[in-house]
Amino acid sequence: MTGMIIEGKTASWEVICGVEIHCQIISKSKIFSGASTHYGSDTNENVSFVDAGMPGMLPTLNEHCVYQAVKTGLGLNAKINKYSAFARKNYFYADLPQGYQITQFQYPIVGEGHVTIDLADGSTKDIGIERLHIEQDAAKSIHDMAPDKSFIDLNRAGVGLMEIVTKPDFRAPEEVGAFLRKLRSILRYLGTCDGNMDEGSMRCDVNVSVRKVGEEGYRTRCEMKNVNSVKFVMQAIENEAKRHVEVYESGGKIEQETRKFDASTGLTKPMRKKEYAHDYRYFPEPDLLPLVLDDDYIAKVKTDMVELPDAKRARFVKELGLTAYDAAVICENKETADFFEKAALGHDAKKVANWLMGDFFAMLNEKKLELKDSPITAENLGKLVELVTSNVINGKTAKDVFVIMAETGGDPEKIVEEKGLKQVTDTGAIEAIVDEVIASAPDNVAAYKAGKSNLLGWFVGQVMKKSQGKANPAIVNKMIAEKLK
Amino acid sequence: MTKLTELTIAQARDALKKKEFSAVELTKAYIDEMDNKRKFNAYVLETPDVALAQAQKSDEKYAHGTNGVLEGIPLGIKDLYCTKDIRTTACSHILEGFEPQYESTVTSKLLNAGACFLGKLNMDEFAMGGSNETSYYGPVVNPWSKDVPLVAGGSSGGSAAAVAANMCAAATGTDTGGSIRQPSAFCGITGIKPTYGRCSRYGIIAFASSLDQAGPMCKDVRDCAVMLNVMSGYDAKDSTSAKVEVPNFEAFLNQDIKGLKIGIPAEYRPEGLNAEISALWDKGIEMLKARGAEIVNISLPHTKYALPTYYIIAPAEASSNLARYDGVRYGLRINGKSLDDMYINTRTEGFGKEVKRRIMVGTYVLSAGYYDAYYLKAQKVRRLIRQDFINAFEKCDIILTPTSPVTAFPIGDKSMQENPINMWLNDVFTVSVNLAGLPAMSLPMGLSHDGLPLGLQLIGKAFDEGTIFKTASALEQDAAFRKGIK
Amino acid sequence: MAIDKETVKKIAFLSHLKIDDDKIEETEDEFNKILNWVEQLSEVNTDGVEPLVSVNDTNLTLRQDVVTEGNQADAVLKNAPQAQYGYFTVPKVVE
Ligand SMILES: [Mg+2]
Ligand SMILES: [Zn+2]
Repeated sequence: MTGMIIEGKTASWEVICGVEIHCQIISKSKIFSGASTHYGSDTNENVSFVDAGMPGMLPTLNEHCVYQAVKTGLGLNAKINKYSAFARKNYFYADLPQGYQITQFQYPIVGEGHVTIDLADGSTKDIGIERLHIEQDAAKSIHDMAPDKSFIDLNRAGVGLMEIVTKPDFRAPEEVGAFLRKLRSILRYLGTCDGNMDEGSMRCDVNVSVRKVGEEGYRTRCEMKNVNSVKFVMQAIENEAKRHVEVYESGGKIEQETRKFDASTGLTKPMRKKEYAHDYRYFPEPDLLPLVLDDDYIAKVKTDMVELPDAKRARFVKELGLTAYDAAVICENKETADFFEKAALGHDAKKVANWLMGDFFAMLNEKKLELKDSPITAENLGKLVELVTSNVINGKTAKDVFVIMAETGGDPEKIVEEKGLKQVTDTGAIEAIVDEVIASAPDNVAAYKAGKSNLLGWFVGQVMKKSQGKANPAIVNKMIAEKLK
Repeated sequence: MTKLTELTIAQARDALKKKEFSAVELTKAYIDEMDNKRKFNAYVLETPDVALAQAQKSDEKYAHGTNGVLEGIPLGIKDLYCTKDIRTTACSHILEGFEPQYESTVTSKLLNAGACFLGKLNMDEFAMGGSNETSYYGPVVNPWSKDVPLVAGGSSGGSAAAVAANMCAAATGTDTGGSIRQPSAFCGITGIKPTYGRCSRYGIIAFASSLDQAGPMCKDVRDCAVMLNVMSGYDAKDSTSAKVEVPNFEAFLNQDIKGLKIGIPAEYRPEGLNAEISALWDKGIEMLKARGAEIVNISLPHTKYALPTYYIIAPAEASSNLARYDGVRYGLRINGKSLDDMYINTRTEGFGKEVKRRIMVGTYVLSAGYYDAYYLKAQKVRRLIRQDFINAFEKCDIILTPTSPVTAFPIGDKSMQENPINMWLNDVFTVSVNLAGLPAMSLPMGLSHDGLPLGLQLIGKAFDEGTIFKTASALEQDAAFRKGIK
Repeated sequence: MAIDKETVKKIAFLSHLKIDDDKIEETEDEFNKILNWVEQLSEVNTDGVEPLVSVNDTNLTLRQDVVTEGNQADAVLKNAPQAQYGYFTVPKVVE
């Protein structure tokens, strides 16, 4: 059990949490109109008359949004519902041009599933998925452009969203953090959402309640909307849970309400309460017929599925001999995993992983580069490792070659060739240098023979120096040890 | 010689082809008629310049032989249809000054066929009403009125009056619970509400999405066929429009109806039904019988529940459809201290009484705790009503009923003003058809003792407007209804 | 199910409509008249009847994911009661 326990004055309390994630669907056009979803266009330019809620305008469903939702559902190990339907959620809001949101209510496109999360102690836990439904995004208002006015840009209105709802399976903020990272990883692998929390393409609502350890059932929960980073989500859960415990222990009652997370204090506070504001009057959307998918369609989406992070990780451990940790790090991001696999192809995978996670990531970090902009290609990284494993260069030279590659983007084979960096594996040539070093240092030879065995390193160092680093260190080691025996 | 404005579309079309007169002459004749008959308040916006420019183009097309099906035919357009750059308000204050930057699919089709638009026609606000008295622009006066001004029916009252008074060759209407058929009956014209999904709803301001249908309102049955052919067809912009072939409706006219099974529903002759209307219905039955049709008694047992079902479902959808009128992006705005105040002020000022009443009823029946008892229940009864028709159509090919239990009544009728339900009861014979999504036509069959038009309704199977046209053309010939107004 | 003044106020709020205090009672009466009238539906046995959502017999047709509209901010803003810098503007929204 890894759950978070809050020790109160009267009891130990357990944290219960579930989340709802709004994920912007990657598609060219909006879910119910032909306007572009492009981010960063000029104000109100990506707006169709449908998005603007103009009189007489009607929604038409984007097939790609359906495809993306089904694909995501499969990625969440979830049931795809062959019958689903749209509903209207009615409320007045400046960012809601139609006065209702077209969403799915009674019949979501995806039903129950699960996601396996990895916890810090190396264990895993399955988090239940309640449902995934598709709906339209709202517009965006700007409130700080003038003292008395808000400004509305409809560009985002109608962009497709997948709302993923989990079961209340989380027992600690870290579990939610792990879930968000895993979900983001899955969405990116699938190419269904870019998972960017800071740009708002993935937005998290958190439901928190607490109960005494051993207690059955759930107590009243509070919801915090649009918490926009993994860190803040975790902070919000922890502080909200503590607030619940304090209220209960001082004899108070928790009201079911929506609260706002304040990133500057890390605390939550109630949103302005509106009487009756939550009567959404859902009813079937009469402008759209039910969405019916057949087995062939679902089978077709299955054939488009990619290997997901968990499966890839398991394969890297089993087939390529990576450690569980290395595999986890490399597989979190599909681009990294793909880069790795390309680099490791035909080479020593473990060594490639070491290079990747060591010098390579450090280099990207230092140069502030994205993986896709790396000067060192996957093929060249693989070649570099190969040069070492096949004894063409030694480890030290490899580091130097790596630096050159990072600067020039060059092919390591060519660099080694041009700079004459091939290591000397010719035992005759090495022997000559070894003999020379031994002859030049009789005192050290004597000391070594007298038992100062750590002097071996000194001899090896001298030989390497004289060979300008090109001698194969293994051969050098062996030879000196032989000769001084 | 008949006045140009008395010609049907079919007659005008033939004459235009033969160059007996030009499209510009025809359009001018209608513009004159509109000038002369403003007292009927049929138009809320006249667009003579637009119409004349279109007519001029039509004359060129006739000269080049590239004319469309409706080339040079002057039409009136219900104010519920969005017309690009032409003010469209649904006859509501809340859409004050709204000029759509897009064209409805149906009006696009009419324009592409060569029609000229004379203007926008009066209607009940957001099509909510049965007498055209809820219009922000005031009621339409029925051209058949004598001493007391009578209603033209609603919600397409402006369309019905304009056609009846020769202020356009034909008009578009929309029908959610009888809004084409009832005013057609009140004004002595022919109007058809096609099968739900036959015409695209794209660009038609929504009242109740699952019930609304566009349709033509014309001088006769043939014109309805001509117009409906142009207005129909699948539209990818309306997910509820049907991918069904559109037959040539004109081809059904004058077909033999021998052996056709005509269903007569017992529930449409309730105790106390107006004797004249009852007699007219019998007359219709006899005419069809005389032509060899077979009369079949049928039952539509849930008829009684159609009105309450309708008055739950339609307001529910309307309450949501009208949420977009908030003063933010178009139309009226009444300022307020906060955004919510602005919304509330705008909507309170912008919507009329009947619209507000229906928004509130709709909001109530969808709200937490009441949804199952009202909305869900109504949806279930709606299925039973539809099933009634499916069962009936196993025994018959088409159903004949009266269109309305009453004739045109005086504007400002007290009992209807005092109790909205009394007004709603006028839809008793028309709403079931919308709930079931079926096609139905009203055609004028005679006059009441006080000289007011009476209509009968033909209800067809889904997407079988053809049988309606076939039957209607027989009835039309036999009834030989003459308008009798000038 | 009779409704009371509180419910009338709630419904008005949800509808974003204002009812003057002196009109609340009238609205309440009217509402009750209407609800009493629609109440007759409870006579109908609907056990086992599926609600009818749409009279269309077909399923939804989907649109291809192609950008077909946009770059028309002027047309979108054409009817705006108030706009500035290409935005619609409204009284300030306070959270
Ligand atoms: Mg939610
Ligand atoms: Zn949502």
